[in-house]
Formats: sequence, structure tokens, C-alpha cells
Amino acid sequence: MSNIPTDLRYTKSHEWVRQLEDGAAEVGITDHAQSALGDLVFAEVPETGREVHAGEACAVVESVKAASDVYSPLSGNVIAGNAALASQPELLNQEPYGAGWLFRVAPSSADEAAALMSAADYGKYLADEGR
Amino acid sequence: MGLKTPLYDSHLVHGAKIVDFGGWEMPLHYGSQIEEHHAVRRDAGMFDVSHMCVIDLSGERVREFLQVLLANDVARLKVAGKALYSCMLLPGGGVIDDLIVYLTSPTSFRMVVNAGTREKDLAWIRRQAKDYAVSVRERRDLAMIAIQGPNARQKTASLLAPAERESALGLPPFCGAAVDSWFIARTGYTGEDGFEVMLPVEDAARTWSALHAAGVRPAGLGARDTLRLEAGMNLYGNDMDEDHHPLESGLGWTVAFEPGSRDFIGRAALEAARRTAGREFVGLLLEERGVLRSHQKVCVPGATGDSSAGEVTSGTFSPTLNRSIALARIPRTEAAIVQVEIRGKLYPASIVQPPFVRHGKALIKI
Repeated sequence: MSNIPTDLRYTKSHEWVRQLEDGAAEVGITDHAQSALGDLVFAEVPETGREVHAGEACAVVESVKAASDVYSPLSGNVIAGNAALASQPELLNQEPYGAGWLFRVAPSSADEAAALMSAADYGKYLADEGR
Repeated sequence: MGLKTPLYDSHLVHGAKIVDFGGWEMPLHYGSQIEEHHAVRRDAGMFDVSHMCVIDLSGERVREFLQVLLANDVARLKVAGKALYSCMLLPGGGVIDDLIVYLTSPTSFRMVVNAGTREKDLAWIRRQAKDYAVSVRERRDLAMIAIQGPNARQKTASLLAPAERESALGLPPFCGAAVDSWFIARTGYTGEDGFEVMLPVEDAARTWSALHAAGVRPAGLGARDTLRLEAGMNLYGNDMDEDHHPLESGLGWTVAFEPGSRDFIGRAALEAARRTAGREFVGLLLEERGVLRSHQKVCVPGATGDSSAGEVTSGTFSPTLNRSIALARIPRTEAAIVQVEIRGKLYPASIVQPPFVRHGKALIKI
């Protein structure tokens, strides 16, 4: 059973969003995503300052087998990419909700985050997808 | 429903993630592909390769037949049990399949061909065999387990009775022998020492469990691919196929042009190809972080025109080197560095001579 923290919001493409205290949002891939992808060996995170739109492919994670796009759940400006992933891509597998975060965005509106799935909804979504 | 090997249930017991592989339901990994890879480089791992096709060939004229069928020359097999790697070619020089053939008696050979090419291989072999009155027998009654790694032979031998153990451990590299109801060969697809064991289907699950109990770690197709690529070994369908001949697939060493009188299928086409510059088949080491993948474009400095770009035929992340490596078919070049296009951007990669890794050690400078 996949781990789905209740304090985060989720997308159908298996990203999570954490609301930070300064109003920024942290983005990563879910436990379900990392488990489905297998051992991750490379991550390409967006450059700081890049403007991203919700649903836009803006990061890439690569497992031994394949490359997968990561879509920004929110529109806004990228304020940080996780530099630690360059040397430790395995953090994506080991701590998908912690040290394996991908990038942080200063969102241009609060509405998009509110429209994302709750943990309960994402859990249901995974259950339906697996059927 | 896909085809299942006799070890399918064993894979489920070990928590395999099952994927479709050429119509077969095979284990991709049992949790971590990278840990399985390291287990083979450092200790011992086992692969279910029962999906591969074992064919026994026999007849008075079988040697003569194989000297026509195969690009490598079975005359090189002088003692029973000795193995030979070869391509089987179309008249135009394209590769129908790559295979291993073992001499099993003066009038019989055993061949192991790829799973995905089973039907076309058998059809081709049977058609060619008619003129030589050679019997072609597919051995669906056999399962095959590859046990690979520095400790693989010892751990496998621990399952055998003392006399059998001695004959198994006495096998020289690239040789096989019948040991009781098993055929044990000191061959593999990982760049490590080890055995490939062909055994009756009904013994397969019990043997797999015994090997596991002896400390051999189950490894899936994912690790098999990263191991073979590190070892610089070609994969049929990626690195060679019916549209590419062996000389542009890094397999020139497997074509026996001597003696000139041996008229194997594809010979005339290869003789002609040998006289043209053609493309070369190289290893690549990505200089930066990222992952090389098959079909990525390779730009060679100075090359112009339609055929100026090369292509990655197999690429992966190398767990042993912690870098990305690839095999590629490129225009001939004196350059040491080429550029590979990854998601629209060019990244430098150096040309290196495979294998990248052998017997647990890096063979290229990082």
C-alpha cells in the first residue's frame, strides 16, 4: 500500500504539492510514482526563475528503464530546484515526500492548489486506476 | 494472457514485478533492479531464461549444414561441449538472430536462440535443413536458469553430488557438459563468470528454490539488460537486426571469413560490405549527468549529408560506473567526442571501446 500523507495535495499525474509557510509550494512525485518507476538514477529540475504553467512538463525523472516527465501542478515562478538530486537521485525513491522533493514554485494564484486532490481523493484515484 | 515459464510462480513468490517481454510474462525486477545488478557483479544472481529457445540439431551432415547456416564457423568446435557465438544471416547480410551453438556429439549440436525470434528462426532453420537431412528438435521440455557472478559457480555446484560437482567446476570457460539430467555450460550474458543450466521443466522450480537457499539472488530482465550492456554485449532487435549486418553491429569478430571456400549464407553481401567504409559500432560514455537511450541521435563532428547522424542502439545508466553508457552506430570518425541529442539538447559523450565492465571491474577510465 502506497504512502499518502494527509497534509499534501495531489495531481492525477502523481505529483504532490506541499504548502510552505512563506506561501511557496514544494513539488515532488508520490510514493506510488516512485514505486512504479523503479530505481531512479537521474533528475532534471527546472531552473530558478523559470515561469511554469499548471500541467506543463518542467522536470524529468529517469529510472534505469525510462524517462518520465513531471508536470508542474501550479502556475508560477520556480524559486528553487533540488540540487541534492544531481548527486543523489535515489532520494526520489527513499524519501519521495521529504529530501526527494523536486522544485519549489511561487504560485501566481491560490485557486489552483485548492483544486488539487486531497489525500483521500488521491487514495481513491489510485484504487480506481489499479482496477 | 502471455506465455509463462515453468518458474512463473517462483517469481511471484519472490515479489517480482512482471512485464510482457516478447509475449512472455517475465520478471522485470524483484524490488530493486540496481541491487540485483550489484548482486551479480559482487556475489551471485540468477535469471530465468526459460523463454529462450533450445534447439537440438542432429544428422550425419549437421556440421556441413551449420557451416552454411551460420556466419561463424562450427569447425572451430573441436571438442564436445565447446560453445560458439554466431549470427545467422539473411542472404543480404541482415541478422536473423544471434545465438550460441554447442557441439554435443560428432553428429549433433545444441543451439540457443532468442525468445522473440523463435518462430522465424525455427522456420528458417527447418527450411535450410531440408537439403541436409538434419533433424531439428525444439526442446520445450527444458527450462533454463542462468546463475551469474563471482560466486555463482560455487553456489550452483553446492546443489550437486560430489562427482557431478567436480565435472561442473572443471568446465573451462565457454564449454558445457551433460551432468546427469542437466546440461551445464560456463556461459552467460553479464560479463561475469557463471553457468547457464538447461534442465527438465519439472526440476525448475525446485532448483530455483535450492539456488535461492544457497544464497543466489533472483534477478530480473532489468538487471540482465544493464549487466549485458556494461559487458558490451549486443541485444538482438536493438543493436542488430535484419536491416543491419554484423560488420556495422560490432560483430565482425563473429564472422569467419576464413576459409574462403566456406560459402555461408550472407557471405557475398558481407564481402561487398567489407569493401565499403560503412558505419562503425562504438561504445559511448556520457560526460555529464543524464541517461542515454536507444534511438537518440548522435552527431559526429565533421560529418555532413543525409547519413551524418548516428544513433544510440542501446543506452542505460550503468550501476557499476554510476554513469550513463551506450552502444551506438555512427559514421566513421577520428573524433574522440560526439554529441548526443537528449530532449532537444546536445550533450558530449566520449567514444570508448566496449566492454565497459568485466568481472566486476571498470575497463574504461571515468
